[in-house]
Amino acid sequence: MVRDVTLGQFMPGHSLIHKLDARSKILLLIAYIVFIFLSENYFSLALITVASLAVILLTKINFKFYLKSLKVILFVIVFTGILNIFYGSGTVLYEWGFITITEGGINNAIFVIIRIAVLVMISSVLTFTTSPSDLTDAIEKLLKPLSVFHIKVHEIAMMMTIALRFIPVFLEETDKIMNAQKARGADFESGNVFQRIKALIPVLIPLFVSSFRCANDLATAMECRCYNGGNNRTRMKVMKFSLADLFGLMFSLLVFAGVILLNLYLPAVVR
Amino acid sequence: MSVIKAQNLTLVYGKGTSFQKTALSNVNFEIEQGEFVGLIGHTGSGKSTLVQLLNGLLKPTEGTVYLNGKNIWEEPKKIREVRFKAGMVFQYPEYQLFEETVYKDIAYGPKNMGLSEDETDKRVRSAAEFVGLKRELLYKSPFDLSGGEKRRAAIAGVIAMDPDVLILDEPTAGLDPLGRDVLLSQIQNYHKTRKNTIIFVSHSMEDIARISDRILVMNHGEKLLFDTTQNVFAKAEELEKVGLRIPQITKIMRMLKKRGINVNTNILTIEQAFNEIINYLGT
Ligand SMILES: Nc1ncnc2c1ncn2[C@@H]1O[C@H](COP(=O)(O)OP(=O)(O)OP(=O)(O)O)[C@@H](O)[C@H]1O
Ligand SMILES: [Mg+2]
Repeated sequence: MVRDVTLGQFMPGHSLIHKLDARSKILLLIAYIVFIFLSENYFSLALITVASLAVILLTKINFKFYLKSLKVILFVIVFTGILNIFYGSGTVLYEWGFITITEGGINNAIFVIIRIAVLVMISSVLTFTTSPSDLTDAIEKLLKPLSVFHIKVHEIAMMMTIALRFIPVFLEETDKIMNAQKARGADFESGNVFQRIKALIPVLIPLFVSSFRCANDLATAMECRCYNGGNNRTRMKVMKFSLADLFGLMFSLLVFAGVILLNLYLPAVVR
Repeated sequence: MSVIKAQNLTLVYGKGTSFQKTALSNVNFEIEQGEFVGLIGHTGSGKSTLVQLLNGLLKPTEGTVYLNGKNIWEEPKKIREVRFKAGMVFQYPEYQLFEETVYKDIAYGPKNMGLSEDETDKRVRSAAEFVGLKRELLYKSPFDLSGGEKRRAAIAGVIAMDPDVLILDEPTAGLDPLGRDVLLSQIQNYHKTRKNTIIFVSHSMEDIARISDRILVMNHGEKLLFDTTQNVFAKAEELEKVGLRIPQITKIMRMLKKRGINVNTNILTIEQAFNEIINYLGT
């Protein structure tokens, strides 16, 4: 079913990570991603991986869902992994025709696979534990300084909110229409690529029609409630930094310091 | 042999997630060939879920659905054939129209069944007639029809597959009073002509009373009652407890009776009530 896609889906809960301020989560996520790519040897990579897994455990969300979000990009991971085996230098381990596999290549492959996997999972932490409205609010706050350059931060945030808000609606609608066409004998599961694409037409057309209807209704509804942009709007939920944020920050700083030290005192195995 | 038999049907949505929801639990019933079954229950009682299980759009978490004595999930590859035999019209079916013309849209199902051009043409025309779609509308774009006409076109698209069992999920919702009555008569007429089995989901007790042989009452995902229309609507108190009611006219007859006017309260339609009252006044 379409609804089984988990990538970027909020799961309500009461864990420590859920309680963090969305702004700190975004900033910390960016920092984690930077440090995932800064780790240059197995020890620092292990440290950032273990730290990320600890964060994942703290969300109290079934690990199955993280694996599911990995499944979506499994092909990309495997593909880049294999590709990386053949690039690299160092001791030659195996040679056959123009194919040479080196120690550096193997290291590269392992690093790439672990880095992407951890990256996807830690990013899922943000989307799993933060409601879309909190997320866009936080992005709006973080981008606020850009309004100096006449960038319409509020409009951008509003568009993101609406887009995110309508993803589940859209999926549900897709599901409904697919079911309705299946009831008339549509077959989405067999045939070659072209047949499958053709089989989707009866789903796509009603979907387009209904999303335009939806957009229209929403615009009318917003106008009826006198929506006119972001100036001087106040919020129902005011964001606040709390003790949990401080704790998260300390934990992360320790991890980052560890990564830097391990990088400095142990030899790098990739680049 | 019954056309449809549901055995210990249970369905859990989103199993293992925080959104887990048991929509149906342990439902059992049998429906005989040629019956007209009304399906009622409060919002969220599991009616749509149940009918989607019957034609294999959902797979039961537990339990089995038998269609003509055969477990529908015995050969998952052949589930499409089940869907042709148990035709399903969804709630608000007008949103599934997609072809350039109404004719082509109605022909989508028969084409998927692999029928010949001739047979398809015959089916499209007779289906359109059953739902009262005028001939000139067949060559219009479905998006140019009125809401009621769209609804008819969508229903015709399923009738054209000539299913053994026709499932209609709230086919009259959102239509004007006359449109409702006409559509209802057409469905009734279709049932009389084809003599197939119909399962009809509705929130209108009046509609259900008018056309069902038997009524299946759902409450919070469980079967509450499955009995003849007369017997179900004789249990006014029980129905009211689960957010349903008896038809207005039945209620009036019961009130008359309470006032000491000796009329039959086994009345389901206005015509029956009219005759009963005339009878009473005559004697
Ligand atoms: N795809 C789904 N995923 C999760 N839960 C669902 C899904 N579809 C229905 N439900 C839930 O299952 C329960 C039964 O829903 P169902 O649609 O079968 O009710 P219904 O009797 O048809 O109601 P209505 O009269 O409003 O059409 C509801 O609580 C609903 O929220
Ligand atoms: Mg329903």
